Amino acid sequence: MSSSSLFTRPARLAAIAPYLWMGLFFLVPFLFVLKISLSQTAIALPPYTPVFDMGEGWEAIKAALAALSFDNFKLLVSDDLYILSYLRSLMVAAISTAILLVIGYPIAYGMACLPQRWQGVAMMLVIVPFWTSFLIRIYAWINILQHDGLLNQVLLALHLVSAPVVWLSTDSAMYLGIVYSYLPFMILPLYATLAKMDPALLEAAFDLGASPRQAFWRVTFPLSLPGVGAGALLCFIPIVGEFVIPDLLAGSDSLMIGQTLWLEFFTNKDWPVASATAAVLLLLLLAPLLLYDRLQRRQLEQS
Amino acid sequence: MASATNRLSPFNITALALGLAFLYLPIVILIIYSFNASRLVTVWGGWSLQWYSEFFNDSAMIDAAWMSLRVAATSASLATLLGTLAAVALSRGGGFKGRTLFSGMLYAPLVMPEVITGLSLLLLFVALNAERGFWTVVIAHTTLTMCFVAVVVQARLGALDRSLEEAAMDLGCDPARAFLAVTLPLILPSVAAGWMLAFTLSLDDLVIASFTTGPGSATLPIRIYSEVRLGVKPEINAICTLVVALIAVVIVVASLASKISDARGKSAAPL
Repeated sequence: MSSSSLFTRPARLAAIAPYLWMGLFFLVPFLFVLKISLSQTAIALPPYTPVFDMGEGWEAIKAALAALSFDNFKLLVSDDLYILSYLRSLMVAAISTAILLVIGYPIAYGMACLPQRWQGVAMMLVIVPFWTSFLIRIYAWINILQHDGLLNQVLLALHLVSAPVVWLSTDSAMYLGIVYSYLPFMILPLYATLAKMDPALLEAAFDLGASPRQAFWRVTFPLSLPGVGAGALLCFIPIVGEFVIPDLLAGSDSLMIGQTLWLEFFTNKDWPVASATAAVLLLLLLAPLLLYDRLQRRQLEQS
Repeated sequence: MASATNRLSPFNITALALGLAFLYLPIVILIIYSFNASRLVTVWGGWSLQWYSEFFNDSAMIDAAWMSLRVAATSASLATLLGTLAAVALSRGGGFKGRTLFSGMLYAPLVMPEVITGLSLLLLFVALNAERGFWTVVIAHTTLTMCFVAVVVQARLGALDRSLEEAAMDLGCDPARAFLAVTLPLILPSVAAGWMLAFTLSLDDLVIASFTTGPGSATLPIRIYSEVRLGVKPEINAICTLVVALIAVVIVVASLASKISDARGKSAAPL
């Protein structure tokens, strides 16, 4: 037995506590989401009627299965409100991810081109905002974008506009907030792949007569695709379920699904519909989640 | 790509500078306006500390801040313990049974929309008949942040030379001793960085805390959020500046820790 395999068994034992924790507090709760989404709304505390009680044996379970209610899911597909929310969320996430990619790529590329000693500093500067509160950063933008905020003051002073522009409660403000909040999540994976790239490949392309543009599109960009994929998923998945940013920056005429879920839960106190909304959202995100899981595993286990 | 300094074109520098300005300017403006004497948030009325004193006299806000700090410290400590164990299992445990599910459960919360995590945890707490408040928020935040700790520590463990542990065991250490005497000191800075990341993430969270807390135990983000919905108030600028300052201290400590970590990693490599 080699000494490294001596290390393997105790290392496996280390998995027990986190395994149980994540099982109980991450996996099992999804079963409750499913269960509540199949139950009827009730005006009580908690505001749903329990579907079944395990203690009452097989007969009770059979009776409960017969009483399972798909009403909440029927509501989701029959009411435009929900379908439009899902579509809007997917669209907002797709557009935001595209903008993030277009903005984040040149920044990541610029970072990878810096002299080595400056790369660490630049990376630090990109990570720091990620540590600073989401909420505070969105609030900072409300300060700037409000009716008599700094942006309008500057625009008026420069005579670029003749009257204050409405920025808050618009889709532009929401996209700005999303791009602002998620930019570090796009830059870091892109930078990680670009920084690892062998400069000899580019030199070879130049030696073979490629123009800088050709070298970028035929060598650099294809090689950076894993980073593009990781960055895109890291942004797309959470943006689909985003609540805070659209709630504070976008108008209230069309809602993202995170807002709809929040409204059902906190305002309408309709837990079963909120659970059904969450279950469908999870289903929509399953494919990108699995893809992300594979990328993450490959990345962490290669190093 | 590092050696190709000559490709640092004006375009690259502009992209980088604009990007960083975009990331930092709003926060800088927020901090400056927190010292504004004028009640009108947008008019500059000279320097003043009155919004800070208003915050320190606002007992509901202070209670929320205290609650947030306690939740963040407790959940970060739990998350660091569990996340480090998870990282050790993933990077040294080989291909054990259920490994795929284990790593999936650890990576999924990193991107899972918070409304889903929050709602599902709340339904669990209700089913367990747990009283909602401090501990339910601590459990919720631990569940989220231990995944970040696991990723940070796992990256460090992956970069570590395994021959060090093997050498310790060849010299007669049992695995536990080898871990405590060799591995742990080498990964300690990244464990510390993980704790601080968990702390700031917990301090920051609005959505999961809103779902899992009970009446009378609002966290700071919950209070800030309900104030912000009513409009911009100078007192909020002051609170946000204090939070940013606290996080800045944490970041400086964490970056020092990771510097030490890198230095140790390098000096350990030739062994």
